[in-house]
Amino acid sequence: MEHIVIIGNGISGITAARHIRKLSDKKITIISPENKYFFSRTALMYVYMGHMKFEHTQPYENWFWKKNRLDLVNGYVTKVDTANKRLLLTSSEEIEYDKLIIATGSKSNKFGWPGQDLKGVQGLYSKQDLELLEANAPNKDVCKRAVIVGGGLIGIELAEMLRSRDIPVTFLVREKSFWDGVLPSGDSQMINEHILEHHIDLKLDTNLQEIIADENGWAKAVVTDKGETIPCNVVGLTAGVTPNIDFLKGSGIELGKGVKVNNFLETNIPDIYAIGDCAEQHEAIGSRRPVEAVWYTGRMMGETLAQTICGRKRAYKPGHWFNSAKFLDIEYQTYGWVFSDRSKKDHEQHFHWRHPKEKICVTIAFQKDTKLLLGINTFGIRMRHEILDRWLTEKRTMDYVLEYLKDANFDPEFCAQYEKAIISQYNDQFGTNISPKKKSWKRIFSNV
Amino acid sequence: MQIIKKVGLFIFLIGLIIFTILPIVGEFRVSSATFDKVLQEKGISSEIFIREMEKNVVGKEFSGMHSLSPKIANALETANTQHRKNKEYKKVIYTGPHDMAAAVGKVSGKGFLVENKGLMWFLTFGLGILGALLFIIPNVVLLGQKGIKNNGIYHENATNRGWIAWMVFVFLVSFYLVLYFRSEYAVNWTYLVDPISEFLSGNAAGHWFVYGFMYCTVMTVMAVRMYIKYRHNMYQMVRTTSVLFFQIVFAFLIPEIMVRLQMPYYDFKNAFPLDYDFFFQWNLKSLLNSGGIGLFILVWGIVLTLVIVPVMVYFFGKRWYCSWVCGCGGLAETLGDPYRQHSSKSLFSWKVERWLVHSVLVFAVGMTLMTLYSFFTESSTVLGLKTQSVQSAYSLLIGAFFAGVIGTGFYPIFGNRVWCRFGCPLAAYLGFVQRFKSRFRITTNGGQCISCGNCSTYCEQGIDVRAYAQKGENIIRSSCVGCGICSAVCPRGVLKLENGPLEGRINPTTVLLGNDVDLMDLVNKK
Repeated sequence: MEHIVIIGNGISGITAARHIRKLSDKKITIISPENKYFFSRTALMYVYMGHMKFEHTQPYENWFWKKNRLDLVNGYVTKVDTANKRLLLTSSEEIEYDKLIIATGSKSNKFGWPGQDLKGVQGLYSKQDLELLEANAPNKDVCKRAVIVGGGLIGIELAEMLRSRDIPVTFLVREKSFWDGVLPSGDSQMINEHILEHHIDLKLDTNLQEIIADENGWAKAVVTDKGETIPCNVVGLTAGVTPNIDFLKGSGIELGKGVKVNNFLETNIPDIYAIGDCAEQHEAIGSRRPVEAVWYTGRMMGETLAQTICGRKRAYKPGHWFNSAKFLDIEYQTYGWVFSDRSKKDHEQHFHWRHPKEKICVTIAFQKDTKLLLGINTFGIRMRHEILDRWLTEKRTMDYVLEYLKDANFDPEFCAQYEKAIISQYNDQFGTNISPKKKSWKRIFSNV
Repeated sequence: MQIIKKVGLFIFLIGLIIFTILPIVGEFRVSSATFDKVLQEKGISSEIFIREMEKNVVGKEFSGMHSLSPKIANALETANTQHRKNKEYKKVIYTGPHDMAAAVGKVSGKGFLVENKGLMWFLTFGLGILGALLFIIPNVVLLGQKGIKNNGIYHENATNRGWIAWMVFVFLVSFYLVLYFRSEYAVNWTYLVDPISEFLSGNAAGHWFVYGFMYCTVMTVMAVRMYIKYRHNMYQMVRTTSVLFFQIVFAFLIPEIMVRLQMPYYDFKNAFPLDYDFFFQWNLKSLLNSGGIGLFILVWGIVLTLVIVPVMVYFFGKRWYCSWVCGCGGLAETLGDPYRQHSSKSLFSWKVERWLVHSVLVFAVGMTLMTLYSFFTESSTVLGLKTQSVQSAYSLLIGAFFAGVIGTGFYPIFGNRVWCRFGCPLAAYLGFVQRFKSRFRITTNGGQCISCGNCSTYCEQGIDVRAYAQKGENIIRSSCVGCGICSAVCPRGVLKLENGPLEGRINPTTVLLGNDVDLMDLVNKK
């Protein structure tokens, strides 16, 4: 029986394992040093905040693994012996494989800041990071202030976590406005305001210079490039993540930033594949980055590779880009491509609507001359994935999108609707005369 | 703000403590005049009971129900034993000892409590309401911006099965035990609400009136909490208003007013088989003897169960009843909301749930068939089983223990829908309709799920919502009461409760949206 070994039990590795099991009877072994059972990394924040217990982050009950003959090995792979198809673990145990899937995810970036390895300095990625945070910042008496370095999705999550325990937070963001490398200025500006509403000391356009230690080797303050010294007990380093592939150096597997793979998620060595955060495409697909450290892409790669491994060779062919996040109280969804002011091309034009009082806004990107829909960002409004995906495929124009915008709304029943306000502003701005059509179930389910 | 909360908690606890010690204090003096009245009302002809009572009870002072109640029980038992021995069945008293003690106690109370009902109401209910509101309302400010606020739920003793939760558990269970099995100890509580009962129905309050009034009060106060907590979610606001309205108007006010108008006491929204004694002989007789309104209620009750309930479930899912109208659901959604996370999500619990809830449904229907057979044929047994014994068994096991003691008492430990999930026969019936023929579903939004587990954690019905959402499948489950909290707590906007066409409602997916594999290709290869 063919033995499939998967290194890493995150979303991509587990998805691959589940789908391989669905399609075949192969022997499957999953190795991870982090936690015996698969858990949802994105939910770690809710454990610290007291919304859930750690066990709630585990999507499958403990009996699931044995029942589906997915062998779990708690261990850390130190070496991949590609010639003999063998893995070496720290416990000096050896595991032989017929096919190997590398799904080791990411690790937090550290950019060589002075003091980055002090006690009290940490990232937020793994279960161990969560445990460390619980020890470093159990309450506001132990942690009198925390400084977070890096204004991305993990940074703002960490800020929200610490604020849930009333710990004062200073948030150093390199950009001139929060996440403005990704978000258009209107969206980004609204999030800036919301961060301040949560009493987070947001310092834009500010970089970390160094972290100062006390006599016991603990962080006691950070110094910024503005010359400011901020006393603190915890420093959160959240300036992005990078593929977790150090153990593969010298194995003969081609590495770049991540594990280099082709469209079929194959590495340069036969029978070795890489998926998820740690995989790097030789050539980026569409407007995507070569390394995609996103939950959804990890899952999709797992789904795809399972097909290949079970004899239905299939290229990784992600559909229209989509993503979501939550910035404190504001839910964010995006479908298609909406580029930031910095990175958008000339042909891309934006329409931005923002609610006069509430923290709700929408940015729609379209082609300047053809008015074709390119993408949409919504904040505080939920959109129906199927509809947006269909519109992007069908290459709908702005007129069409706005006319049928009600079909795309996914907010809970009885929630206030904003299509009218959005469309009336668009009409004013572009001299059109669009009026919204009533939501229609028939259209929504037309291609189910 | 924190100080206001603490003061509120303090005031609430004072009210609660006074309320809690009331059953064991108070003065009772049974005069011969009031005793005669009780004898008349109950139609008692047992001279032994009268002799025993006159010897030990009448004309004497008792401090606390615990000294009065055993004497009455004793007299009752002595009398009944003697009469049964002598085969004087006409003289046997069928009122239970606790009901008898409650009846005698109710007309014999005296002293401060009975003379100051208004003041005592304020010191119990009043302080409770005031304190609770002071504790709850500062959250408007403390919770900050609109949005889901579940911070600290698993750090707090009260909401994480700590000692406070166990105290609440003990209190609730004891309260229900008194209510169902030791009603004489509720006599002092009835005095508190006498003025209100007299205003509504013209009668003095019994212990079920206390319960009804308390139910409405608790729901109203906890609804304020719901309004504050879920103010970002209009569905929750509307739904909370709806359950509150149906409880206060339909379950509480209308039946009381009907009594005042000499009509039968009836809750128009309480559908059989949840309303399990609707077809009991005494109820049918009472309805048939109540003229036009009685007949109307009879027809309404049958139409409600056979037509209105399933048709509404077809259009809106069982949520229209379970989390918009039902009283049990109403309490679960208000008082029980802080405990919703405790419902078990394991596969094992789901198995237990299906066996239990459907067994209760079979039990309820079987019992009712027996009842109707007995009613029309006027025989007291069916296939050798005594109809009345089966009815009593149901009333005790399901009506009192399951729905009351376990259903509500276990809130802080097993979550707020123990009864609705494991026991309610109506929920089982609605569940069939919802599962097989309904427009209702919880739609999963394409591939947006991140498996975080908030939905499953906060599902009060113990549905592993995430198991469906992460596969991109809609959630179609017979047990879903459509409370909408999974959708509210989802950080990524993945879930939406909606009513739509039947086609495509159940949608098992092979590959999630976002991954562009050729689906037809996949299907054909299978």
